[in-house]
Amino acid sequence: MDKSWHDMGGDPAGPVIPAEHDFALWEKRVDALFMLTTAKGLFTVDALRRVLEDMGPEAFETMTYYERWITAVNRNLIEAGVYSTAELAAKIAEVKARGADYGTASLGGGDG
Amino acid sequence: MAERVRVRAWGSHGLHVRTPHYLRGRTGVIERCLGPFPNPEKLAYRLPAEAQTLYRVRFTMAELWGPSAENPDDTVDAEIYAHWLEPADAP
Amino acid sequence: MPHDHPDHGGISPSGHPYRPDQDGPLTEAQALEIAVRELLIEKGIVTAGEIAAAIARMDARSPAVGARIVARAWTDPAFKARLLADGSAAAREMGADIDALKLVVVENTPDTHNAIVCTLCSCYPRTLLGLPPDWYKSREYRSRMVREPRRVLAEFGLHLPPNVRVRVHDSTADMRYIVLPARPAGTEGWSEEQLAAIVTRDCMIGVAVPRLPG
Repeated sequence: MDKSWHDMGGDPAGPVIPAEHDFALWEKRVDALFMLTTAKGLFTVDALRRVLEDMGPEAFETMTYYERWITAVNRNLIEAGVYSTAELAAKIAEVKARGADYGTASLGGGDG
Repeated sequence: MAERVRVRAWGSHGLHVRTPHYLRGRTGVIERCLGPFPNPEKLAYRLPAEAQTLYRVRFTMAELWGPSAENPDDTVDAEIYAHWLEPADAP
Repeated sequence: MPHDHPDHGGISPSGHPYRPDQDGPLTEAQALEIAVRELLIEKGIVTAGEIAAAIARMDARSPAVGARIVARAWTDPAFKARLLADGSAAAREMGADIDALKLVVVENTPDTHNAIVCTLCSCYPRTLLGLPPDWYKSREYRSRMVREPRRVLAEFGLHLPPNVRVRVHDSTADMRYIVLPARPAGTEGWSEEQLAAIVTRDCMIGVAVPRLPG
């Protein structure tokens, strides 16, 4: 009876660190993109979780929550045929060419 | 569905399932029936999903963790889909 | 759109007021978010207005919404009965914007304490309470809450006597949960607004109980 890394109930672990943070705009946008694309029927939360699980424990330990989410949203949108890997690569190059920080790389300068 | 149920001790084989490992093979009591929900094991792979009846099942800490239970009478409730449950007296 | 962080009076290299969440070096994940967002807009799947509206909707969701519901349940026995029978319907009755949330409300009593976890991911009643705190999504909380909840609760400063039974609720599927805390003694005659002020997010997750100020 195999156990996947994400299936953590009962595992030994250290003290709970009561950490929290205010969400950054880019994190809220990731959340909004997930809410909107699933509401429009492109995929479901189950498919988001499937990708997050398949990303493995390394991603869980080294990436933040919304870093993992945007990766999983993107993979589901590719699976749904919304855009191609070539379109994505061209768009990322365009974004990075705009500037070296989030505000300038985002059209309209973030939330201004 | 019987009042006392056992969670099937199936493997997950790296697939997306919503039955936690720590509950598999464990016996509990149905706390309530929640009605039909689309099977997440299909939705995860973008497939048409049949409805599965979903139950809330209550387990004692003694059943889950044996003599090492922190307090044997404390409980865990979890939602389990019907295809992962069998009557507790099944062979 | 509202700013989440006060600016620090400085000017970033790009010439606008410094924003710590926008003026660090662009990360791969941020670049991916921008790219995905713009592709979705260009393909006509979402609009910038829909994204802004979704963020505003999420920002409007906070533990204060849940606290109002708890305070109503404390003062109106008929509402409390409806809340325990059908949490979603009762939350909508209070005007909460909960989408398709399927809410189960579990009640603390003198001999029972409830607490919520999701061991498989981090399911949380986000459309009622807002986004979850980081610790709720941590390996430590998710792993230990179903095995040694009393030790975990003690780390939060909640020491439960042995005669109080702990019921942990693992959000494994389609339901989401909040705890209806017990109304503390000494709050007789308080208004709903006064009562709501002592109901924190952590009380509704079940890692705390309401305390009187002072």
